[in-house]
Amino acid sequence: MTTTPMISERDVLVSATPSARDRKRRLGRQQLWIWVLLAPTVLLYGTYTMYPIIASYWYSFVEWNGFTAEKTWVGLQNYRDVFADDLFWNSFKITILFMVVVVPFKVILTLLLALLLNSPKLPFSTFFRTAYFLPVVTTTAIVGVVMQFVFDPASGPVNQMLMKLGVIDAGVSFLGDSTTALWTAAGVYVWKWFGITMILWLAALQTVPDEVYEAARIDGAGAWQLLRRITLPLLKPFLIIITLLSFESALKVFDLMLTMTGGGPFYATEVVEIYIYRTAFSATVPQLGLASAAAVLFGLFVCAVGLFQLIGIRSAQKARQAQ
Amino acid sequence: MITTSTAPQRVSGGRVRARRGNRRTAGWVARRLPWWIAALVLAGGALIWVYPFVWMISASLKDQLEIFSSGLGLLPDTPKWDNYARAWTDAHFGTYMWNTIIVTVVTVALVVIRCAMAGYALGRYEFVGKKPLALVLVATFFVPTGYTIIPVVEISQQLGLLNSLTGMIVAMSGAGHVAMILLYWGYFRGIPKELEEAAVMDGAGFFTIFFRIMLPLAMPVTATVVLMTFLATWNNFFIPLVFSLSRPDLRTLSVGMRAFVGENSTDWAGMAAAATLSLVPLIILFIILQKQFIKGFSGAIKQ
Repeated sequence: MTTTPMISERDVLVSATPSARDRKRRLGRQQLWIWVLLAPTVLLYGTYTMYPIIASYWYSFVEWNGFTAEKTWVGLQNYRDVFADDLFWNSFKITILFMVVVVPFKVILTLLLALLLNSPKLPFSTFFRTAYFLPVVTTTAIVGVVMQFVFDPASGPVNQMLMKLGVIDAGVSFLGDSTTALWTAAGVYVWKWFGITMILWLAALQTVPDEVYEAARIDGAGAWQLLRRITLPLLKPFLIIITLLSFESALKVFDLMLTMTGGGPFYATEVVEIYIYRTAFSATVPQLGLASAAAVLFGLFVCAVGLFQLIGIRSAQKARQAQ
Repeated sequence: MITTSTAPQRVSGGRVRARRGNRRTAGWVARRLPWWIAALVLAGGALIWVYPFVWMISASLKDQLEIFSSGLGLLPDTPKWDNYARAWTDAHFGTYMWNTIIVTVVTVALVVIRCAMAGYALGRYEFVGKKPLALVLVATFFVPTGYTIIPVVEISQQLGLLNSLTGMIVAMSGAGHVAMILLYWGYFRGIPKELEEAAVMDGAGFFTIFFRIMLPLAMPVTATVVLMTFLATWNNFFIPLVFSLSRPDLRTLSVGMRAFVGENSTDWAGMAAAATLSLVPLIILFIILQKQFIKGFSGAIKQ
């Protein structure tokens, strides 16, 4: 792992008495090379990830329209405005609602699918895996636009199909009605990212050793018992990881929402990232300070979810080691 | 389940075996039936999963009227290839495609180089500041673009990089990709140190070792990183969107699609052709490199 022991071993091997000063110089040069290797990451990551994280705090304390360089210090005023803005709370509520609805659906359904696909007795399992994974590789922003047409109330295939089957009499504006838009978007989201969670479950199932199943079968366990007594308990640590990963990714629905509904109708699907985008970039008078305050609050929320995740993964790893 | 029924068969005599054989076929069907029913249900699901893409390709070959009148029929009367011509030239998808290719290729190259270098330094050496650096990287693993976007735009403006493909590339290769560093980190850590010692004996310097020995060894990781970064960059939307707000000629495919529909909301056939142009390369790539894709995506759970 480290080179320090390596070099001392070499010194013994060569035994050409490299003085302590030589060694020190070589180590010093090595330190320099290490930082040369790290430089691009430090520079790029520092500028485009670390600096923005810190700068957001500074921006959130100023009033600034983006057209002029002029920024006026306003203290906590932006935060007061954000807290007083019903639309901010609306976007926050929608983000959480979306997350809470989408995650259990996705996690449970993909587990069922993965259990089926993992069985050698299921015919065409490779084909199914490919089909369910397909949407994952496609461009979310383009899928979002295509879905506008798929769900079109007049000529979209979904409405035509439902009318033909006699489920509905007139076209339903799935994405244009504020009562159905969020749920339609949630459905599309589950459809789009189903494959990733399925693959995670399949990878998790692969970690269960075959010997465990064989031993249980010899003891006379049936298929149902195998599932309940062996597979599911062994998957429990993965359940934590997969659920938390899904929560995290459900926070990032900007592409899909903006292209499919644009946050509408009447802000019914405006998640926090769209709120930030709208106040910072697409408003006639951009309010970058206000948007930054919203971004900082959103960042803190994501951070809290991430922290929760870290704790979850730690305990999952412990549980795995205990097995 | 199967083994229990075959075991007594071998020991028992001819007549018993014949009778058992009959029962076995009936039992076999009964046992297999649930799986075939499951497959049927899954096939229905798979149809829903692929349908939007099939519909999109079908609509891209119909003319405007046909899309509205032919209802659910998927086959066009005669394929209308001029939808593609319209999308490619009139709707500028040729330009968007070219922008996307440039941005993706350069970003992938930059990300591979910077992540391999950082992963190598972190995986094989002790140095001052390693702990804090690792901590910062892990802590910012999940930072969403919506959080960092305003300062990113501001700093790009100050550097004169806003409204340029260069700025887009630099911003995309600078944001995130922590997972890629971790992949290289883990891989380089596992390479035995004897290899390095032998190279040092042969007089190889620090960079020779890295570029000539370590980087070629890490090919499997590089393949995964290239694939994942390619996908993330090609599909990226937020950064290209804000970098091309005042320069429509710099749009990538994902951004161009939204603009196209915003301007021509009635041109369904053109929309479908444009979407097909943007998505089909990805779909073909996925079908060819399926195993690698799945390996890349399932990497997260093993860490």
